[in-house]
Amino acid sequence: MTIIVDYDAGNLKSVQRACDYVGLSATISNDAASLAHADRIIFPGVGAAGSAMKSLRANGLDKALLHAFASGTPILGICLGLQVSLDWSEEHDTKTLSLLPGEVVRFDFSDRSVKIPHMGWNEVKVVRPHPVLSSIRQGDEFYFVHAYYPRPSIPEQVFAEASYQHAFCAAAGSKNYLGVQFHPEKSGRVGLKLLSDFASWDGSHAE
Amino acid sequence: MLSKRIIACLDVRDGKLAKSVKFVNTRDIGDPVEKAREYYLDGLDELVFYDITASSDKRNIMLGVVEAVAEQVFIPLSVGGGVRAVQDATDLRLAGAEKINVNSAAVKRPALIAECAEAIGTQNIVLSMDIIKVSASELIPSGYEIVINGGRTPMGMDALAWALQGEHLGAGELVVNSIDADGTREGYEIELTRMISEAVRIPVIASGGAGLPEHLAAVLKEGKADAALVASMVHFGDYKVSELKRYLHGQQIKMRMSW
Repeated sequence: MTIIVDYDAGNLKSVQRACDYVGLSATISNDAASLAHADRIIFPGVGAAGSAMKSLRANGLDKALLHAFASGTPILGICLGLQVSLDWSEEHDTKTLSLLPGEVVRFDFSDRSVKIPHMGWNEVKVVRPHPVLSSIRQGDEFYFVHAYYPRPSIPEQVFAEASYQHAFCAAAGSKNYLGVQFHPEKSGRVGLKLLSDFASWDGSHAE
Repeated sequence: MLSKRIIACLDVRDGKLAKSVKFVNTRDIGDPVEKAREYYLDGLDELVFYDITASSDKRNIMLGVVEAVAEQVFIPLSVGGGVRAVQDATDLRLAGAEKINVNSAAVKRPALIAECAEAIGTQNIVLSMDIIKVSASELIPSGYEIVINGGRTPMGMDALAWALQGEHLGAGELVVNSIDADGTREGYEIELTRMISEAVRIPVIASGGAGLPEHLAAVLKEGKADAALVASMVHFGDYKVSELKRYLHGQQIKMRMSW
């Protein structure tokens, strides 16, 4: 069973629909116990890091996610799901889950003509092979909407990058966890392919 | 580098596709779900549905359309028309809309923008503005005025001031729709689009007047728009979305070329 973690952080039905479309039947749940029995977990989310952490803690989902990570369940973080997987977010100075060492900071450009949030389609470059990212080809673009971006401390945990004024981490992971900053469920064919590659990922690395 | 977007706008009345010319004489040109799917497979970057259903008892038809589209179209989907309260926005989001467009109701009650931003996230709330060119005055210093009711009712509000207020209230994106250009197919209002795009820090979608690929190039370059809205030029089959993207790519405009 695949669980989509529900913690009042955005529209999860679009993730569920995209999963359905690629044959990955997924249940939306906020029940911490269900994560312990899940075959795989999708940890999506949009919104603010502070309220997201509050909601995760209120339902015991923070501990359940850490436990699922430790027990080897394949986990895919999406957008805010990736951001709260690091140690800390600049957004409301929020202490986050610490699945991956690193922090999340806001785009800060001196050039005021650069729009924030970073919204739209941008190329994702795989910088380190990963089974879930194996179908991404040069020039493939994904849909992004975010004002903050992840900065993992361990370079080997960065698997893909995109560029908005400067390069930033678009996918990071460790062991059975991979998080992506973009929205595969809104990224057309290439996004659906990523979800289907996640559906067949056993949680191990190619390396 | 971020790509510029092509957004197709589909006007829907009673669950069927319509395309308005100056908001009169709308005619039915097909099934919105089928059309959405066709554009999606042809490389469209984003989709907007505008519900122009007159009677409120038929509003639920739109939720069905949104749901059917969301099941098979995996690009951002934005819905507007008749959003008057947070509940309208959350109903549409649940049906599968990513972003919600507000227009007239926000002009009448600006707090709606802040309420929706709070409920569904600032990045998902789009302020759509219908604008006409007027002589600059003390009331309208920019020379562009906000109108509602499909352009029939001038509001005595300056378009530039409203754009800035909308951004401040929490709109994540702006649609700059020129009522003068809408339906003419003679090109976007470049000056207006650039004025607003340079004044705000959120993305700006140019709307109204697209008829030729050159119009899109002009508004994305000189107009400094982040996205260009198209309607009749693709609905009637004059141009394909992929054709427009290839043209713009050839004009050195960054577009998503792999889909």
